[in-house]
Amino acid sequence: MKIKSTEIIDTFAEAFKMWGTRVIITAENRKWAMAAARSMTGFATSVIGCKCEAGIERELPAEETLDRRPGASVLLFTPDKDSLGKRLLDRIGQCVMTCPTTACYNGLEAAETVNVGGQLRYFGDGHQLSKRVGDRRLWRIPVMDGEFLVDEQFGIQPAVGGGNLLLLGKTARATLGAAAAAVKAMQATAGVILPFPDGVVRSGSKVGSRYKSLIASTNDLYCPTLKGVMEQTSLPPDINCVLEIVIDGLSEAAVSEAMQVGMQAAARPGIRQISAGNYGGNLGQFHIRLRDLLAESAA
Amino acid sequence: MSLDLTLHTRPEVPLEAEILSPDRLHSLSLAEVEKAQVLHGNSTVALGEFFRVGGSADGEIHLHGDLARVKYAGAGMSRGHLVVHGNIGEHLGMGMSGGEIRVEGNAGDWVGPEMRGGAIIIEGDAGHCTGAAYRGSSTGMLGGEIIVFGKTGNETGHAMRNGMIAVGGDGGDFTGVNMLAGTIVVCGNPGMRTGAGMKRGSIISMSQAEMLPTFSYDCCYHPVFIRLCLSHLARRGLPLADACINGEYERWSGDAIELNRGEILIYKPKNS
Repeated sequence: MKIKSTEIIDTFAEAFKMWGTRVIITAENRKWAMAAARSMTGFATSVIGCKCEAGIERELPAEETLDRRPGASVLLFTPDKDSLGKRLLDRIGQCVMTCPTTACYNGLEAAETVNVGGQLRYFGDGHQLSKRVGDRRLWRIPVMDGEFLVDEQFGIQPAVGGGNLLLLGKTARATLGAAAAAVKAMQATAGVILPFPDGVVRSGSKVGSRYKSLIASTNDLYCPTLKGVMEQTSLPPDINCVLEIVIDGLSEAAVSEAMQVGMQAAARPGIRQISAGNYGGNLGQFHIRLRDLLAESAA
Repeated sequence: MSLDLTLHTRPEVPLEAEILSPDRLHSLSLAEVEKAQVLHGNSTVALGEFFRVGGSADGEIHLHGDLARVKYAGAGMSRGHLVVHGNIGEHLGMGMSGGEIRVEGNAGDWVGPEMRGGAIIIEGDAGHCTGAAYRGSSTGMLGGEIIVFGKTGNETGHAMRNGMIAVGGDGGDFTGVNMLAGTIVVCGNPGMRTGAGMKRGSIISMSQAEMLPTFSYDCCYHPVFIRLCLSHLARRGLPLADACINGEYERWSGDAIELNRGEILIYKPKNS
């Protein structure tokens, strides 16, 4: 299988059941909306070490937000629904409420919700006000620049985490260029985020380690510096750099769509192969096959 | 197809017609609708003596003619739509909990008294005690929305506890008197003694209000809640200037003779 000169390995990305939510952050201007969104999605690359995965889905122009101010849409994912509420509370409380001029709204209509504003309200120390506008119940919490407005309930739904692409390149420069192009294309997909720095991760991991305290360790099969010492490697001789793009989404279809456009954008001279990470199909509930994505692209 | 009722005989005294509600007329045949009983003064009469009935009951009712003497339309309503193509009398939507009432003309006193949910939209004016508590009752409106494009009379939102009342014109005296919570927006002049005795709740005024001495000035700021609230009302059809949606508001707290937890927010034009 090929896209242009790039070989597509006949394998699959093994993705996991997660729970996801969408948070809309608005502020007086783009600068503060993005500052809050970046803060809220910081240190949220992997559930392994950060307890959640989060990213900015897209910027929102003022005409698309509830309060007619510039904003950002943020997606946040956790392995289970109980912890999703806790992470939302932590991150909205510490990263959005603290940021000047911001307000925070639920961006996901879902059957299940978690109470966020109703918990954060206690920061108001009895001076908080509850308001109902249409179907929304909101809390106004007095803060030093006026008040912080936050929805009481945020929708949560089952989601998919850990969709991925591995870009195997001949040089670091070519691989970085392809990864950046893929990220740019994938970020146009609604309902997904790429949680790693600017969407790209170099420290792909495998399950387990020779050290008992670690649950994950470096993905040595894809480390070019270990090609000569490992008994097994997944890298052809002329591969000198591998970068991974991880995708979390509100649905399997959204993750698949992002992987599809990412493959098309990354395939170029200098990228020898595009592959995907999996655990033999034994861990993840979703198996997204590159062959199927390629067939859908052709159709 | 909706149910159409056209007034063919103007009642000499008020007609109490709680039956004019999608809940009550649902599943009735046209003959049954005509035979439905209403109070004309102190006499019980058939609805057909005043209304010509057509269409079919599918959850939407259209009332035609000048119904200024028809009271209690939409009372207790919980679903569906009631559209009044003209004026309507007192106690419209009394205690309603759902559905939507739209009046293309004016409404009498007591629009949506003690309502719990749903929406009432009056394209003209409304009378006194819009969204209010009945005399002797401790609590007025408990939820839902009343949007009046024109003006309202006195005691708008008296003792309301939740929900929203928006007035496109002037609000009359004692707007939000004894208010417990909820939101009142007045685009015109709110009248005298605004918020007297309010415990909690918000009154938003686009005009300078005469503040009672038991209210204290807090600050001038951009409340995001107002942007959200006014944007919502603009989407519901209330004409609101962008300057009001985006502008600064003075915040006053009161009423100090009660809990002092209420607020009056007064729009401050840029050059004032």
